[in-house]
Amino acid sequence: MGGYILKRLISAVPVLFGITIIVFLIMSLIPGDPATAILGSYATPENVEKLNRELGLDKPMVQRYFIWLGNMLTGDFGRSFSLNRPVIDEVLERFNATMILSGTSFVLCSIFGILAGVISAARQYGFADKAITFVVLIGISVPSFFLGMMMILLFAVHLRWLPVSGMYAIYGGGDISDLIRHLIMPALALAAVATGVVARLSRSAMLEVLRQDFVRTARANGVPERRVIMGHALRVAMVSILPVLGIQAGFVLSGAVYIEIVFQWPGVGRMLVDAILARDLLVVQGGVVFVAACYVLFNIAVDVAQSLLDPRIKT
Amino acid sequence: MNLTPWTRRGLFLAAAAVALIFGMPERATAQTPPGVLIVGQVAEPKSLDPAAVTAVNDFRILVNVYEGLTRYKSGTLEVEAALATGWDISEDGTEYTFTLRDGVSFHDGTPFNAEAVKFNFDRMLDENHPYHDTGPFPLSFFFGAVQATEVVDDMTVKFTLNAPYAPFLSNLAYPTGLIVSPAAVEAHRMDFGRNPVGTGPFTFAEWRSNEAVVLERNDAYWGEAAGTQAVVFRPITDSNTRVAEMLAGGIDLMVEVPPTSLGQFSGDGFSIVEQAGPHVWFLILNAKEGPFADKRVRQAANYAINKEAIVNDVLEGTATVAAGPTPPAFAWAYNDALDPYPYDPEKAKALIAEAGADGAELTFYVTEGGSGMLDPVPMGTAIQADLQAVGFEVKIETYEWNTFLGEVNPGLEGKADMAEMAWMTNDPDTLPYLALRSEAWPDKGGFNSGYYANAKVDELLEAARTATDQNERAQLYREMQAIVQEDAPWVFVANWKQNAVTSDRVENFGLEPSFLLHLQGVIKN
Repeated sequence: MGGYILKRLISAVPVLFGITIIVFLIMSLIPGDPATAILGSYATPENVEKLNRELGLDKPMVQRYFIWLGNMLTGDFGRSFSLNRPVIDEVLERFNATMILSGTSFVLCSIFGILAGVISAARQYGFADKAITFVVLIGISVPSFFLGMMMILLFAVHLRWLPVSGMYAIYGGGDISDLIRHLIMPALALAAVATGVVARLSRSAMLEVLRQDFVRTARANGVPERRVIMGHALRVAMVSILPVLGIQAGFVLSGAVYIEIVFQWPGVGRMLVDAILARDLLVVQGGVVFVAACYVLFNIAVDVAQSLLDPRIKT
Repeated sequence: MNLTPWTRRGLFLAAAAVALIFGMPERATAQTPPGVLIVGQVAEPKSLDPAAVTAVNDFRILVNVYEGLTRYKSGTLEVEAALATGWDISEDGTEYTFTLRDGVSFHDGTPFNAEAVKFNFDRMLDENHPYHDTGPFPLSFFFGAVQATEVVDDMTVKFTLNAPYAPFLSNLAYPTGLIVSPAAVEAHRMDFGRNPVGTGPFTFAEWRSNEAVVLERNDAYWGEAAGTQAVVFRPITDSNTRVAEMLAGGIDLMVEVPPTSLGQFSGDGFSIVEQAGPHVWFLILNAKEGPFADKRVRQAANYAINKEAIVNDVLEGTATVAAGPTPPAFAWAYNDALDPYPYDPEKAKALIAEAGADGAELTFYVTEGGSGMLDPVPMGTAIQADLQAVGFEVKIETYEWNTFLGEVNPGLEGKADMAEMAWMTNDPDTLPYLALRSEAWPDKGGFNSGYYANAKVDELLEAARTATDQNERAQLYREMQAIVQEDAPWVFVANWKQNAVTSDRVENFGLEPSFLLHLQGVIKN
């Protein structure tokens, strides 16, 4: 098992290396440059050239790439010129906020999605199945940012049950209950689509397993239905549900971009959008590499979990 | 099958959790505390170092922490004394000697004096200054004319310019000229922008990234102390969310209300504040080639576009129709004898026929959004429809703001016939000087992207910039506006009225024509 994990970790290195090249190339090739973004209306060719020189952007592209890569390997992600602070401080702080949001959404969509899928499958074509399918399809179809705005209007503006936006109250907040109150709406809005997808796939995975011989045998042996479903069948179905969860983890990370903007959540998604608009190269590059690394690691963890559940997967 | 008890228990648990969460004390949605003003901003500030930033969003915070040698007199764009109590200008207009205000200290306790002023300008302008590396200073060219800054005595400082430069006093009032504490720059170096120290009515307390910048009242302020105990600036980038926060009572004051949301604040509990500012929204016409090389076709475009409809219907009354290149907010330099081009499609058609430009194809650069650009896509399509109605074939190309600037600033030649543009400046000199002179064509480093050239205009602008007598300057600018309006190098479209909404707990708030946000006198109940 240790060897398997090590092998997977080593295979992630070229992936990350490729990501650094792609993100660097994209940021270098898109039109517009940081100096134009900073100077706005005052971006005369002369001012732009002077500022680019001060920002060190007058060097050839290949040279800049290797300087950046070399610095990053020593843990130096550079300094953001649009935020005027080290990139790594900003990324870590923002990533923490995103993990709270995406992590909660991920847990929500996993629990509710699998639960809904299991109930649907157990009651195939029954009332519960139809009701769940109906709700789930709505969840999949409504864009998360729209759902978010509607939730704000209903629960924050009209009913005033929950705060509109932000992560903590500006005054008198900062504790865990304050955080939860701010987290409810964005986490639910973000989880909605993912829950739907997980539910649909869990349902079909369960249906397939429930048709298999060992389930019939278990039932014939008089094992209580609840244990047949939650114990025997779900355990086997999890083998095909797990990779879906891995993909959904990517989804809640990328979906967080919209939700963070709507709810003003100080996360990494909003940071990247702002940084792209400001052409803050180092923040975009550092942020993308960091998020990609986390995503790759998470998927390795999913693969490892899968191989634990299903001994047929070669390690 | 026996799933029911489980789900029932689950449902019970879920219900209990919901009850718990909603039953928690309603702190976060409770009203904001008295004496603390919470301002909804449009973006996270980049830095709180006045020399290093360029965005109005950052300036709104800075002017409450720092002060300059001069400032704009409240309600106008005229310059008055601030940290300087007076000044002398030499005969030839190249030497400015300022007497500084006595007894002023920075928030860190160090004294404000001539040395501090010299440190500020040398840091920005002298590449060999030990703290020049705390930059870059993108707008330092505002003081590009300054050759030397000298300490005459402790409370007197002298600037020597390389040539007479009339906007100098007004540039000192611009946020780039705000005075920072030298001791704090020395202590924090690159991180000064996150640890700002000035002389203003508020001191910096805390900056929680992407959540809030907190300022507190400066009890040792030399002037009248601020009316609130603290001000909190919250960045809320999404305008719908900003509106929702305002409606829900999470903020007390919001700036840049989207035109379509103003109606939601017309009821009790809110007041809307409006203020015309030094802003002009226009179309650059390519006068070098294509149909707009003919003055009659440029005038026809001015007649063909229904500007009233744009400001009233697209912008919901948040702007007024522009008459010429200079915004009326510069009252002293504005030529109020000029009327905007009337909406007259028949006259436009006649002019087009006369010039033989019937059915000409036009490429029109539109941006998705950008500083001062208001609602550029709907405005662009309205303009397209008006121009189609008089017989042009208009093809719109839309670009994201930075890409757009990268296309427009180097000039429209060979690419486009017209482009949207907007400017906000705090003096009447900058825009025409950078965008209407023949010496300001893009290949010479200016913003005259439509290649307008008129020798008389060049002469007037040069003279107005160097004259030190305000009446003479006004006369020159009025003459320039009349010629430019007649030549029509641009389609003059709109002058934006800046707006803000406050809750009824906020008193004594007003907007300034400079687009800055002075909160010293504001009271929050």
